[in-house]
Amino acid sequence: MNRFEYIRPRSVAEAVAAAAIPGSAYLAAGTNLLDLMKIGVARPGRLIDLNHLPGLDAIETLPGGAVRIGAQVRNAELAHDPEFARRFPAVAEALLSGASAQLRNAATVGGNLMQRTRCAWFQDTASACNRREPGTGCDALGGENRMHAVLGWSEHCIATHPSDFCVPLVALDAVVEIEGAGGRRDIPLADFHLLPGTTPERESVLAPGELVIAVRLPAEAAGFAAHARYAKLRERTSYAFAVVSAAAGLRIANGRIVEARLALGGVAAKPWRAEAAEASLAGAAPDADAFRRAAEIAMAEAKPSGDNAFKIELARRIAIRALTQAAAGTPDRLPALPASSFASNAGAPNMGGLHV
Amino acid sequence: MSDVQRMRHGSSIGLPVTRRDGHDKVTGQARFAADNHPTGMLYAVLATSRIARGRVAFLDVAAARAHVGVVEVMVPGNRPALAIHPDDKSVPFSFKMDLLQDDRVRYAGQSIAVVIAETLEAATEGAALLAPRYAAEAVEVTLDAPGAFVPETVGVGAPAEQRHGDVEAGLDHAAHRIETTYETPLQFHNAMEPHGIVAAWDGDALSIDMPTQGLALTQMRIAAFFGIRMEDIHIRSPFIGGGFGSKLLAGPQVLGILAAKLVGRPVKLVLTRAQMYGPVTHRSATRQSLRLGAAADGQLTAIDHHVRTATSRHDDFLEPSGGISHSLYASPAIATTADAVRLDTGTPGFMRGPGEASGSIALESAMDEMAAACGIDPLEFRLRNYAEVEPITGKPFSSKALRDCYAQGATTFGWAGRPLAPRQMRDADGLLVGWGLGTAIFPAMMFQAEARAVLRRDGTGLVEAGIHDMGQGAWTAFAQIAADSLGLDIDQVEFRGGRSDLPNAGIAGGSGHTATAGGAIHAAGGQAIARLTELAVADPRSPLFGAGNVGVVARDGRLVRWDDESRGETYGDILARAGLDMVEGQGSAAADQATAEQYSLHAHGAVFAEVKVDPELGQVRVTRLVGAFAAGRIINPRMVRSQYYGGMIWGLSFALHEHAAMDVRTGRVMNADLAEYRVPVNADVPSVEAILVEEEDPHVNALGIKGVGEIGITGTAGAIANAVWHATGVRVRKFPIALEAFSGA
Amino acid sequence: MSMSVTLTVNRVPHTVQLDDPRVTLLDLLRERLDLTGTKKGCDRGQCGACTILLDGRRVNSCLALAISHDGAEIQTIEGLAEGGALHPVQAAFIAHDAFQCGFCTPGQIMSAIGLIDEGQAGEDPERVREGMSGNLCRCGAYRGITEAVIEATRSMAEDAQEKAA
Ligand SMILES: Cc1cc2nc3c(=O)[nH]c(=O)nc-3n(C[C@H](O)[C@H](O)[C@H](O)COP(=O)(O)OP(=O)(O)OC[C@H]3O[C@@H](n4cnc5c(N)ncnc54)[C@H](O)[C@@H]3O)c2cc1C
Ligand code: SF4
Ligand code: FES
Ligand code: FES
Repeated sequence: MNRFEYIRPRSVAEAVAAAAIPGSAYLAAGTNLLDLMKIGVARPGRLIDLNHLPGLDAIETLPGGAVRIGAQVRNAELAHDPEFARRFPAVAEALLSGASAQLRNAATVGGNLMQRTRCAWFQDTASACNRREPGTGCDALGGENRMHAVLGWSEHCIATHPSDFCVPLVALDAVVEIEGAGGRRDIPLADFHLLPGTTPERESVLAPGELVIAVRLPAEAAGFAAHARYAKLRERTSYAFAVVSAAAGLRIANGRIVEARLALGGVAAKPWRAEAAEASLAGAAPDADAFRRAAEIAMAEAKPSGDNAFKIELARRIAIRALTQAAAGTPDRLPALPASSFASNAGAPNMGGLHV
Repeated sequence: MSDVQRMRHGSSIGLPVTRRDGHDKVTGQARFAADNHPTGMLYAVLATSRIARGRVAFLDVAAARAHVGVVEVMVPGNRPALAIHPDDKSVPFSFKMDLLQDDRVRYAGQSIAVVIAETLEAATEGAALLAPRYAAEAVEVTLDAPGAFVPETVGVGAPAEQRHGDVEAGLDHAAHRIETTYETPLQFHNAMEPHGIVAAWDGDALSIDMPTQGLALTQMRIAAFFGIRMEDIHIRSPFIGGGFGSKLLAGPQVLGILAAKLVGRPVKLVLTRAQMYGPVTHRSATRQSLRLGAAADGQLTAIDHHVRTATSRHDDFLEPSGGISHSLYASPAIATTADAVRLDTGTPGFMRGPGEASGSIALESAMDEMAAACGIDPLEFRLRNYAEVEPITGKPFSSKALRDCYAQGATTFGWAGRPLAPRQMRDADGLLVGWGLGTAIFPAMMFQAEARAVLRRDGTGLVEAGIHDMGQGAWTAFAQIAADSLGLDIDQVEFRGGRSDLPNAGIAGGSGHTATAGGAIHAAGGQAIARLTELAVADPRSPLFGAGNVGVVARDGRLVRWDDESRGETYGDILARAGLDMVEGQGSAAADQATAEQYSLHAHGAVFAEVKVDPELGQVRVTRLVGAFAAGRIINPRMVRSQYYGGMIWGLSFALHEHAAMDVRTGRVMNADLAEYRVPVNADVPSVEAILVEEEDPHVNALGIKGVGEIGITGTAGAIANAVWHATGVRVRKFPIALEAFSGA
Repeated sequence: MSMSVTLTVNRVPHTVQLDDPRVTLLDLLRERLDLTGTKKGCDRGQCGACTILLDGRRVNSCLALAISHDGAEIQTIEGLAEGGALHPVQAAFIAHDAFQCGFCTPGQIMSAIGLIDEGQAGEDPERVREGMSGNLCRCGAYRGITEAVIEATRSMAEDAQEKAA
């Protein structure tokens, strides 16, 4: 890790001013930033510590029912906030399916949005990577890239965004509050992360020095609480990033879907909102056919970026799973293994009850 | 649960004594090597190569030196001289090493410099600032590399080709034949404790804290490197944070000793996790082609097991995966053959169950495929091919309670009623359920060990042996054996181990440590008791006078007549009268050639697995594992169970999780960490159970011990693979089993 | 640039002059405060060996910058056994043989204490397994770990009830 100057601002204004100097980086919990500094991928000259800033660690319900989550709220704190988890269960489930209990206790909302890709070549400074070093090429192309993107990628970069949290957030129309030298602005989360195009190094709309101060969920987002789930496919039962994941929310009345929300994770450089698929569900009966059709639509544009054609079908299936589970209704208590295939398998060895 | 019989009255052998090092380990007091901090200590950090073949053309030593806190940069040019070349392999079990002898790079992750600094932070950054430039050459890192050769031996000197009967004839006459190929991946030990050392020179004497599975061999190796006497090297290795075969000898830690020499101060060098994927050996990938033939009734007519494996370009270790086919299933014809390629990787080595683990998953998968081809239940199929004598040699087994393992395991698991066809079972949530079986087998090995036992006038005992505890429970099991050998309560015996200035207890490897060092301790204690007995029976003032050596037994700190226990006296009384402070016994143990020639020596087991598979997404979870193992006498069932659990979880990892993903263009491991090199987490192991099947072995060694450290992987990995097939109907032959396999299912 | 950090570690206040802002909490404990019970298995948040309680919550100390936690309260494995009596989690780890080599053990125990305190898992084995999945054990002591955590949860709840009564 390189030596850096450590700066502890007292206010958001001070933080933003400090970050205006090139080479600065915000330090939230550091679970991603310090990791990248240790492996030489990030070498900031100045760290602006957000941990002592007042006013960034509250979960507030705004008049009208929207909820505003401060950027420094810890992932675990948010997931375990009873009121929040009741109104936005898929968000809680996604949070609790990510990383480990220790990491969730530390990791912040802002850091989770801003975490970098887990692409192995991005993390390996001896490899070519356009995202890390613009113009050097992309060694993930032609490597063992089974985990890479199937939507929205370009020849310049095929990386995915690894966050679980962002997937239900984007489905629920979350808005990111940003503070910069030029003042405050709001950006829908759907527009916050950028697809690689020819500039994969530009990962979000944040201008240098801009600070995420909060994420807002509109009041309407709570309207899906009765039918909201997150499903995550991973390669071990816990403590693993998503291969593919999906967040689904439904409003159902009289046996028909009134409104649907669907987003996919692990498929693109951003949390992938599937609006056309949502539209196909409006007015439909919440059944297997409708969900299959929606999943097809969601993945219509998908194409493999390497050895990962299998992910396209898996993404369809995880979308169907999330929709099916959402239709069945949000459980009163999150399962022991959040978002898992084995969620309702209580763990007691199953000696009988086999259906042959 | 039938815990194996206690050896004698008052002995703790066979009892589930809790770990004697438990208190230290749960309070953080257990000092692992990297926890030491002698005054004046500096930190050393390795810089390692990012290319796999070529030369280091430039290192920015000036930049590293300029970093505040950096004291010295060790490169080939200033590295202190060694008495022998790093490629010298005169010490047993040693491999060629990379100790900055020149600018050549033989594999990615090879050490190319060492930065020494006042702080860990400075040394770490100093290593990064070296920013090497290379002259890289093209690499070969796959099993398809050109230049495949047929080796003479595999593993440690085993013939690469072994034949018994006529395999082609057996296949020709078979009613059922299968011909399949299985691939196992590149794996790294990844003990939780990274390799480390704290080294301090005092003139020509060297003091070292370092985890090692072989104190004396390590001492010998270091003595050879530095041209100093073994006695002048003092190694402390009281706790080893997992070894699994990667800590047998001094590894890249020798660079820490060199660094200490260069700067004239104590130095701590600890590998980063990423550096655990280079110079500390690994299990090579294998591609195993099996051809089995069976008669209509399911009797095997032939086993042909061919193994393609790999070693490094510069050294030899060939994963002996075919060995498992020699001893497990009866067949009139068996052939095992091997070939190999040379790759631009570090040299493979001994990784828990070397050969057995990788061979087992292939053989057990093939057996399952054959059982299915014959339409026979997999357990019944294995019983039909039960080997009454070792198939390849015809030798009898010294003992073999495998039938009991099958029976007890099957009962506990509830195997009966398993549908023959796959994809027949679902649970209440609709998950596919499958049951699979694998047979476990591991040779009972012994090496060489010595021990010393003392009986003191105050009635206590002292036993010394340079034993190694890497988690198997050595501190406890050896204390139990020591106490038993001296006829004392375990709390009356002081037990010393884990240091190099004690009698050479050999190595903790090959699952043979308890048998070997335990045998030596047993013999040493026996000799101390015999000496004490001589004193007593020759002394007219003793109630044992004239009883004769054989007529006396040691019990609870007393010697008594075996025909009349009321006649006897305490050890202290005997020594006091003789005017002695103590009597001493020496003991040793080693493999007995005659026994090995007469008998096949193996532990056995049967592992039953239940998996659940998400029918749409393909995610797999092992919901139950039941292993029943027979491994001779059990010294401590609590610790033995833990060894079995650990082995079985390694088997689970083998079947479903761990593998190193190498970029074949560069030879770099792209998941050299613990996030993407996935080993199982707690949630992956909802239920694991081990049954200790009673087995008495009068032949294998003095204590009747066969060893339990590695057998758990064998059988398990195959059982899980077979359960996955049974759940899904998809036979995956490339391990670990990946999601892709089911996405079309 | 020298900065001072004040931390309360196992109820003892420490003021450390840091010559270097790069020091993580883990390296501070291990290399500067001689509290080596906390282990480093990966240094990247991937194994849990470095788990400590930071202001009462379990975190990976390898990914926490010491300087950023000025004023924090830290508990490590060394601070658990009070007056020589083992903490119930420690005792349960011995009783259930919840470790082999012992390298992951300090992290497992601190994580277990954090888990019990969070109160989300109770005595449900599946929730305990999930809650303990941030702590790898290459020796594979998971069964004993789960059993030990459940037993300690129970005994701590009983103790708390007795105290309340
Ligand atoms: C082993 C491991 C496993 C993991 N598994 C998962 C998983 O399964 N699912 C998942 O979703 N995540 C996972 N994570 C990632 C984890 O969620 C992130 O590391 C974490 O959310 C980052 O939060 P932080 O507060 O530590 O951010 P930091 O590391 O402090 O910051 C991350 C980045 O965001 C910037 N930043 C932080 N806050 C702000 C702000 N307010 N405004 C602008 N920029 C900001 C920083 O400058 C930095 O570039 C895992 C991480 C690890 C180490
Ligand atoms: S996929 Fe993107 S992040 Fe990965 S190496 Fe290519 S450019 Fe870099
Ligand atoms: S050392 Fe911190 S998580 Fe591994
Ligand atoms: S006890 Fe060895 S890693 Fe857990």
